[in-house]
Amino acid sequence: MTPYAWTWVAVVAAAALAFLTKYAGHVVPEAWLENPRVHRVSGFVTVGLLAALFATQAFGSGSAIVLDARVAAVAVAAVLLWRRAPFIVVVIAAAAVAAGLRLLGWG
Amino acid sequence: MPRLDATRQQAVSVSLATGAYGLAFGALSVAAGLDVWQTMALGLLLFSGGSQFAFIGVIAGGGSGAAAVATSTLLGVRNGFYGIALAPFMRPMRPLTRAAAAQVTIDESTAVALAQPAEDVAARRVAFWWTGLGVFVAWNAITLAGALLGSAIGDPTDWGLDAAAAAAFLGLLWPRLASRRAQAVAAASAVVALALTPLLPAGLPILAAAAVAIAAGWRAPGEEVPQ
Repeated sequence: MTPYAWTWVAVVAAAALAFLTKYAGHVVPEAWLENPRVHRVSGFVTVGLLAALFATQAFGSGSAIVLDARVAAVAVAAVLLWRRAPFIVVVIAAAAVAAGLRLLGWG
Repeated sequence: MPRLDATRQQAVSVSLATGAYGLAFGALSVAAGLDVWQTMALGLLLFSGGSQFAFIGVIAGGGSGAAAVATSTLLGVRNGFYGIALAPFMRPMRPLTRAAAAQVTIDESTAVALAQPAEDVAARRVAFWWTGLGVFVAWNAITLAGALLGSAIGDPTDWGLDAAAAAAFLGLLWPRLASRRAQAVAAASAVVALALTPLLPAGLPILAAAAVAIAAGWRAPGEEVPQ
């Protein structure tokens, strides 16, 4: 199969598993997942994955760790989030900062 | 029922605000190498913003399809808990209704539903359906616009789209960092992912970070749970 076809397989598999996860929550007995440990692990996995995705997207370049225009961009994003700016404003500002710095020949 | 108008307004404004960042998802997905059809399939079928961003993030970083599926699925585990939180006012449901409810069980629909008074079952149901379906329509329509826009531009890094993806993950993470322990888990996960990046194939460092989070949640004494 071509890489394009494999991407389709992954898209469909991810979608099926996402639906099954959501559906399971609507059919399991309510008492089941009241276990605080299970609840806590679920919350921490969300936080851990998002933090890891952020870090690798901000500082990763292939198998290397680099500091480039993205550092300034995510710093601006962090300040905007702290100032409670809307999500879309944060994302666009980060893109603008990185694009601007690269236009100037940095990073 | 005019009594529910305020709930509907809340649902619509959350839908539009959430839908707006479908623009970022659509553009980033195309920049990651997916085509417009695959991008739309993720929005329509997978339909969970964090998992969608995770999927394309792993692919963009050179990770395998299997790593993308695993990361996306782990990030979607919380949606399973939402169904349980919704149970007191959503059950019982007919099979088709239940399938539709499951598809739109996401952060936003759950949050707006649970924000209504606990004793007002009608308001909670209206909030869930209006937000769930509202986000579904807005998110996918605006994702299509983003994907078409993303197809029309050249090198995504010239436009800072790699930085935009990092900012998107930071934005999804930010509201979950209220507790000290959540901050510690986030910091440890980020450090582990970066430390393993030179050593492991792309995508696996992120799953290793998830293992750190599982260990932290397993061992932590009873205390507040990040939402």
